[in-house]
Amino acid sequence: MNIIIVGCGKVGDALADNLSKEGHNLTVVDTKVENVENISLKYDILGVTGNGASYNVLMEAGVEDADLMIAVTDSDEVNLLCCLIAKKRGNCKTIARVRNPIYNQEIGFLKEELGLAMVINPEFTAADEIARILRVPAAIEIDTFARGKMELLKFRLPEDNVLVGHPLMDITGHFKCNVLVCVVERGDEIIIPDGNFVLEAKDIISFVGDKKSTARFFKTIKIRTNQVRNAMIVGGGKTAYYLAQQLIYMGVRIKIIEKDRERCEQLNELLPEALVICADGTDREVLMEEGIEYTDAFIALTNMDEENIMLSFFARNHSKAKLVTKINKFDFGEVINQLDLGSTVSPKHLTARYIIKYVRGRQNSMGSNNIEALYKINDNKAEAVEFYIQNDSKVTGIPLMDMKTKSDVLIGGISRDGKIIIPRGHDMLLKGDSVIVVTSDMGLGNIEDIIAKN
Amino acid sequence: MNVAAIIYILGYVLTIEAAFMLLPCITAIIYGEKQGIAFLIVMLITLAVGTLFRRKKPKKTGYYAREGFLIVALSWIAMSAFGCLPFVINGDIPNFIDALFETVSGFTTTGASILSAVEPLAKCSLMWRSFTHWIGGMGVIVFLLAIIPLAGGQNIQLMRAESPGPSVGKLVPKIKETAMLLYKIYMVLTFVEMGLLIACRMPVFDSIAIAFGTAGTGGFGVRNSSCGEYTPLQQNVITVFLVLFGINFNMYYFIIAKKFKQAFNMEEVKVYLLIIICSVFIIGMNIMSHFPSGYEAFRTAAFQVGSIISTTGFSSADFNAWPWLSRSLLVAIMIVGACAGSTAGGIKVSRLIILLKGIKKEVYKIFHPRSVQCITLEGRPISEVVERTAFVFFGAYIMILLISFVVVAFNGYSSTTSLTAVIACISNIGPGLDLVGPMGNYGFFSVLTKSVLIFDMLAGRLEVFPMLLLIMPAAWRHSGDKGRRKGKIKDEFN
Repeated sequence: MNIIIVGCGKVGDALADNLSKEGHNLTVVDTKVENVENISLKYDILGVTGNGASYNVLMEAGVEDADLMIAVTDSDEVNLLCCLIAKKRGNCKTIARVRNPIYNQEIGFLKEELGLAMVINPEFTAADEIARILRVPAAIEIDTFARGKMELLKFRLPEDNVLVGHPLMDITGHFKCNVLVCVVERGDEIIIPDGNFVLEAKDIISFVGDKKSTARFFKTIKIRTNQVRNAMIVGGGKTAYYLAQQLIYMGVRIKIIEKDRERCEQLNELLPEALVICADGTDREVLMEEGIEYTDAFIALTNMDEENIMLSFFARNHSKAKLVTKINKFDFGEVINQLDLGSTVSPKHLTARYIIKYVRGRQNSMGSNNIEALYKINDNKAEAVEFYIQNDSKVTGIPLMDMKTKSDVLIGGISRDGKIIIPRGHDMLLKGDSVIVVTSDMGLGNIEDIIAKN
Repeated sequence: MNVAAIIYILGYVLTIEAAFMLLPCITAIIYGEKQGIAFLIVMLITLAVGTLFRRKKPKKTGYYAREGFLIVALSWIAMSAFGCLPFVINGDIPNFIDALFETVSGFTTTGASILSAVEPLAKCSLMWRSFTHWIGGMGVIVFLLAIIPLAGGQNIQLMRAESPGPSVGKLVPKIKETAMLLYKIYMVLTFVEMGLLIACRMPVFDSIAIAFGTAGTGGFGVRNSSCGEYTPLQQNVITVFLVLFGINFNMYYFIIAKKFKQAFNMEEVKVYLLIIICSVFIIGMNIMSHFPSGYEAFRTAAFQVGSIISTTGFSSADFNAWPWLSRSLLVAIMIVGACAGSTAGGIKVSRLIILLKGIKKEVYKIFHPRSVQCITLEGRPISEVVERTAFVFFGAYIMILLISFVVVAFNGYSSTTSLTAVIACISNIGPGLDLVGPMGNYGFFSVLTKSVLIFDMLAGRLEVFPMLLLIMPAAWRHSGDKGRRKGKIKDEFN
């Protein structure tokens, strides 16, 4: 596909990285010459310097032949204008990043009137993700499939857990839990395991199952799963606002610590149910006074990654709270993963992930199979993709044990007529199924791609 | 430094060179020449070495500007080293340094020859000589990028190092497609010229060789008189293509993409054509008395100007015998060269424009010290880096020219001979004036001089920086830091 990305910030960079690797023709537009030069030396893309909302610049970037235009500059207005012009001139699909909460309330109207294919709000998306994690605090990450019926959960195996030293087949055999482990991350390595794989302490395990069986699984291996009852948020930015809104709706008691007096007043006005504390959240005394020891969840959402990491460490030492850390710059992801920080959330990565999912979906809409959902898991080293099988093909109608799939591909779950099947060797795929495929081989576009060549 | 990646890509370059050697082999079969066996042997050797280098795929695929520049410089040296072997083996040019000079001259599209007569050479050797021009014109790395899937976006570093011009850009988002597009334009233009020359009743062998020479803006002929004995019509066809191959290939892309407004509004191309018209006019008037008619004088002037400004170096007349005004003007346009993004050498018209505008800017600054001015090229402002690099490039160019001039002067020939020999080599022209004029050759120089000129030719074709990087010790250290730290420790001891 011919794709234009306006804005080479963090999100633009992540998009360029992922989409250029997937073989799309990318043109990036930014007003700063250095930004454009840097990014076009890093990835195989074409750079255009200029204002992306200008008709001439967009023409130079080839908007006439573009299939998709993604506007991710820091200004909502510029993004919307870019999309409007691209839509009028090039008749392509458009995606805009809009982060101002005021526009966010009117998003339906904007989408309709400006003909946007997708509007993405990184802060809102991040808040959504955090809320989902807090619902099941045992997990580091939760992704949902099959309209929320199936879940992919990631958690770190504690040292004294009963599962340590057991091969995976014991989960169904010995522990009698109907879940399937898809990915194990051990150190730097990503493993797509089989039944004989033996678990070790500190492994990061991703598994699928329906809501009931995942809850049962956690209970069996004695990991606490209750939803959090109260949460402490440090930093009162947009993410904190969206998050507090959702958590209050879930019935969680919220405490927001924010430095800026004016912002505190605003938050108090917007969120009357939340307790807003005007203080420096990085002050040890403040945290202790506000009861960090007794909170169920601690969420570090300040604007500085280093501060967030420090805060989470502090919270880990002083409480048993579920930790969520916002990381903006994910360049050193592998180091951050080693830190045992609990869950990390990166708005930039989430945004890129949502857009990539859309792009894959667009690309495949002509094919017989559709991508319903796509999640990057384990620091972008593996993917979980949900395919909807529209037609019979070479993957349907044969038992899974007879299917020769690629070695790094695993079928994690099947959703058929509203029921969730955790697939075993004798199960087969049928027309109308939604299938979850977990793979470390990026860029599956079609369910048939899972078959090994020759 | 990513040594594994450098070796891997070198392996590909050699494999491709082996494939290119099929052409002289085929020529030898057609003409039934036993000298062709040399090409077959060298082809197999090159293929073997290339395959050996290619055996291990590097684990780390990423590389940066340093590796990019090194890969390109080393590729060109390796290609020349293997490319000259057939001449040595089949006895056409028995001396290794001579053969290397001839091959480097071919790949860098210089066209400077150590041979006093080319007609005694085997047809297959002549074909290889001309074909090296065609390979070197657009560049073998660009060819590599067009056909093999090298992972990662850093490949732009390779293209930047090999393609001429102050700032190298892509035509389309993907580097592979850009490279493919460039080669398509290159091939189509070459075949059109070949066809036209054959239609003008030039012998087929000559047409192919001359088309290769023109396309790469090389200048090796297959006749002793270069292009002197071809008919006026054939010469005119060559003249047109000489000028065409000196034009920035972006223009052809714009024409293909139907962006005519952009295509015919390129500042660089306009200046380039203006220089040609002025030069032809002045030289034509100047040499009027040497020719029977005014038409003939201007026709010859046009051929020569086209040949020199595109840095090809074909000759249809002995311009060494022309008045000094014409000769000096030719030397001046030798240094200028043609457009960036073409197959030509020299400092390039776009750099000339940047230099002139930069000088004007600095002079203005004396009047208005606080004035802020931005230099524009093709109607858009260029970054400070591009401007600075253009000046540094020009400085380095002149430095290399001066040093080489002094070294060559040790031979004791006239300063015209020494200076124009160096200019003709570094600007990738071929013939200079006096002893190295269109009727002369480079055979009489000492081995040292030939080696210096070989360096000059490569430096000229690769635009100085890759070759300078090659002779910098820092480029070979594992990382720039380490050496510095070592030096520090030593200082402390002292």
